[in-house]
Amino acid sequence: MSDVPMNERKLVGKAVRRREDPRLLAGRGRFVDDIALPGMLHAQFVRSTVAHAELASVDVSAVREVPGVVAVFTAEDLELGDIVAQLGRPLSEFVPTAMPVLAGDKVRYVGEPIAIVVARDAYAAEDGLEAAKVSYATLPPIMSEEAAFAAGAPLVHAEAAHNTLVDVSLFATDGIDEVFASAPCVVEVDTRTGRQNALPLETRGAVAHWDDREEQLVVHTCTQIPHQVRTVASRCLRLDERAVRVVVPDMGGGFGQKCVVGREEIAAAAAALRLRRPVKWIEDRKDALSASFLAREQHYRARAAFDAEGRILALDTDVVCDMGAYSCYPFTAGIEPLMASAEMPGVYKLPAYRVRGRAVTTNKAPTGPYRGVSRPQYVMVMERLFERAARELGLDPVEIRRRNVITEFPYKGVNSITYDPGSYLESLDLCERSVREEGWYEKQAAAAAEGRHIGIGYSCFSERTGYGSAAFAQRKMRVVPGFDISEVRMDTSGAVTFTTGTMNHGQSHETTMAQIVADQLALDIAKVRLHQGDTDRITYGFGTFASRSITIGGSAVRLAAAKLGDKLCAIAASRWGVAPDEVELAEGAARRRNAQDVLTYEEIADIAYLQAHLLPKDIEPGLSVTATFDVFNDGTFSNATHACVVELHAGTGQVEILRYVCVEDCGVAINPQVVEGQCRGGIAQGIAGALFEQVTYDAQGEPSATGFMDYKVPTAHEIPDVLIHHLETPCAFTETGAKGAGEGGTIGAPAAVLNAVNDALRPTGVELDRTPITPETVHRALNGAPSLELSS
Amino acid sequence: MNTDPVVTHPDLQLITLDVNGERHDVITEPRRTLVDVLRHELRLTGTHVGCEHGICGACTVLVDERPVRACLMFAAQAEGARIRTVESLSEGGEAGSSDGRGGELNDLQRAFSEHHALQCGFCTPGFLMLAEGFLAERPEATKEEIREVVASNLCRCTGYQTIVEAIDACATTRRGTCADTCDSPAGKEH
Repeated sequence: MSDVPMNERKLVGKAVRRREDPRLLAGRGRFVDDIALPGMLHAQFVRSTVAHAELASVDVSAVREVPGVVAVFTAEDLELGDIVAQLGRPLSEFVPTAMPVLAGDKVRYVGEPIAIVVARDAYAAEDGLEAAKVSYATLPPIMSEEAAFAAGAPLVHAEAAHNTLVDVSLFATDGIDEVFASAPCVVEVDTRTGRQNALPLETRGAVAHWDDREEQLVVHTCTQIPHQVRTVASRCLRLDERAVRVVVPDMGGGFGQKCVVGREEIAAAAAALRLRRPVKWIEDRKDALSASFLAREQHYRARAAFDAEGRILALDTDVVCDMGAYSCYPFTAGIEPLMASAEMPGVYKLPAYRVRGRAVTTNKAPTGPYRGVSRPQYVMVMERLFERAARELGLDPVEIRRRNVITEFPYKGVNSITYDPGSYLESLDLCERSVREEGWYEKQAAAAAEGRHIGIGYSCFSERTGYGSAAFAQRKMRVVPGFDISEVRMDTSGAVTFTTGTMNHGQSHETTMAQIVADQLALDIAKVRLHQGDTDRITYGFGTFASRSITIGGSAVRLAAAKLGDKLCAIAASRWGVAPDEVELAEGAARRRNAQDVLTYEEIADIAYLQAHLLPKDIEPGLSVTATFDVFNDGTFSNATHACVVELHAGTGQVEILRYVCVEDCGVAINPQVVEGQCRGGIAQGIAGALFEQVTYDAQGEPSATGFMDYKVPTAHEIPDVLIHHLETPCAFTETGAKGAGEGGTIGAPAAVLNAVNDALRPTGVELDRTPITPETVHRALNGAPSLELSS
Repeated sequence: MNTDPVVTHPDLQLITLDVNGERHDVITEPRRTLVDVLRHELRLTGTHVGCEHGICGACTVLVDERPVRACLMFAAQAEGARIRTVESLSEGGEAGSSDGRGGELNDLQRAFSEHHALQCGFCTPGFLMLAEGFLAERPEATKEEIREVVASNLCRCTGYQTIVEAIDACATTRRGTCADTCDSPAGKEH
């Protein structure tokens, strides 16, 4: 590696101003709906109005007569391949199901696309939708886990008996039943979490056109996984993969919802191919809320055994995830149950573990990943179990955690995962101290004396990040993400262009990854530019999810920059007739140690490209290098403790958050301001899930939320300021010492909020185990009415 | 298929809009919203569409200096009004963009960058125009008043704290600047 060690870093660790900001602030970003191509048409979808039915007939003849409509296509017209997500597991554990691009024989949720209407503008396309006549032979909709498992229940997918897509039992420690039988303290929870929408403020969308000159279908689409969209598009459209180019413009958030391949982006591409005209599809908010990919609807029945001192002895969990109508590509319906099963023990020293994880299919919009994936839920369940045990044993809730968190690393868990070093105990102690020093315990006591209800809650968790190929292979995915490739190229002006296979959608990669490269090459950051999100320009990539971008993408970037640095040194050394280790890089130039010789990067690039005859035989012309990075162990664990202080209002049932404290440790923070932004934004989304957001359905399968009047996204009224403390336990095997930082906020917040609410409810004897915690639930609890959680 | 707009849409109308100090004549359907005309006819794509029903505020523009949801207004209703979009904020404004780089960011935009008040940037133009309109009306706004106003719009990335801080910092700096100039005879009208 060339010679700028990370301990001499200048930019890494600094709150460097974001490279993305000027264009975004000036209104000169380019989002997918900002793209306009000559002759461009606009698509919208005829969607199912019923939750479960055979399609008796789809008559679109009248649609073609609507002024402005140019074309309409059904499944029969387009003859596209299905989208099929696979796990390498036996049929007893995983049932593969096909998601057609457009529904052909059957519809499985309200909002499922049936036909694509292409028109002169979006208004005319909407006019066209109204002229479609679809007849349904309706079937009873499956709208709950209980209905799905009921004997003789209609099947959402004929091939999936008991409406079960995934059924895995990954762990069952020998003798666990005896542990439960003899333990002095056994506690149980029955926890349900609401179905949520990841809700990027920019809805999904695509602009596709056929490029005759390149013989390529070009799909501009806001996706977190451009290469996987290319693969699916090429398979569904039966094109060579090189004949599809996916280009990602600026993206208005994703949070996982754009981490799966959407049917509509493939259908829009198919229409563009058929019509040989550009076709734009922009999802409207109603469709985004009701017919995109949702997440988080889970049901845990969990019990834990403790010894008399509050040390956990065993955990037994059954988790059912309502994955809705289809398996998402590439993750499958296994994404939530597999994550929960593999990682539920979390930060605690757990000796015995048994888990069964299931994915049930229902007549709801399908489920995809959402920031945190199962971890907000299982952390909430674990933290509830510890709170309940603390009450039974008369222990302080922080103390019981202190007795159980992992303190010696590396730690091999009962879940066969090895945890790299973290600051579990330190973060817990610091978080509690911070709350104490602000006087919240005194304020709580004073409020109680006045008959007010203040509660303090904690959550303690880690977040596995930097999943390499090995970790995803353990999940038995057919598409195994993991590695990343970066190319770093210097031009004759000495400026650097580099690539990543990850895909920024708000995380500031143009800045943070440039910080890494600029430090590595001792170059002004203004001379360093990231390129991402173009399958013709990026060798290959798995995109951005699972907090993998800086850990894995950033490591590939640093390795590639180091390789380029080596080449710069080698060229300079050859000119000076010295060994390469006699050369160091500083301030944009190669310098001979203990001498005055200097070759600027511009001068070296001049030799590499324009004076290549000066190069020795063993150095190839040009300054372009590629490096890959993968993780061969179980990944790296960020960790945090959150504390939340709430006041419950007896008159309204409102939960007001008075204080929120986060102590986080993501190893080396490449840009601390960006890390804080990820924490705060993540916490806001976690609070949203804890208190506000839920998609519900009526008995017929009609979704409740079709607009923001029915789906409460919290505002600056509801989201508190967050005090953040940083700890730094560097990762030993990422190239920068960084761990992932994208999801922790969302993971910790629901548990902290729920524990705080339960602490405030302590005098009532009511304990809540479900989210969202509605004002009605709190009002009933405070006013002595029967708990709503007892029903359902 | 005839796609000639005049043949297929006899009800097109000519409207005149004053956007960022420039007059635009637009032939459009009466049902088109202001935000769609700004974005797709005038190609001022800085104003974004997040919900099309007036909740998220991503489409906020100034109409006669007041923040307005451009998705809840027909373009035809904006005739005769002065419309300002995010593209007008940078010093040098739109004119500055002819060099491909645009003008310098104004103090509000710079405050957003300094406080990391944007991540994906999709909601940002709406918050900027909301703040621009609000601070013009209430330059003395307290941080709590700013938080109240920030609660008008949705952001999914930041958790709002840094948006409030950025606007508050900008307001504080503006008041400081104003206090200096107000001491001089020329600044008396403040």
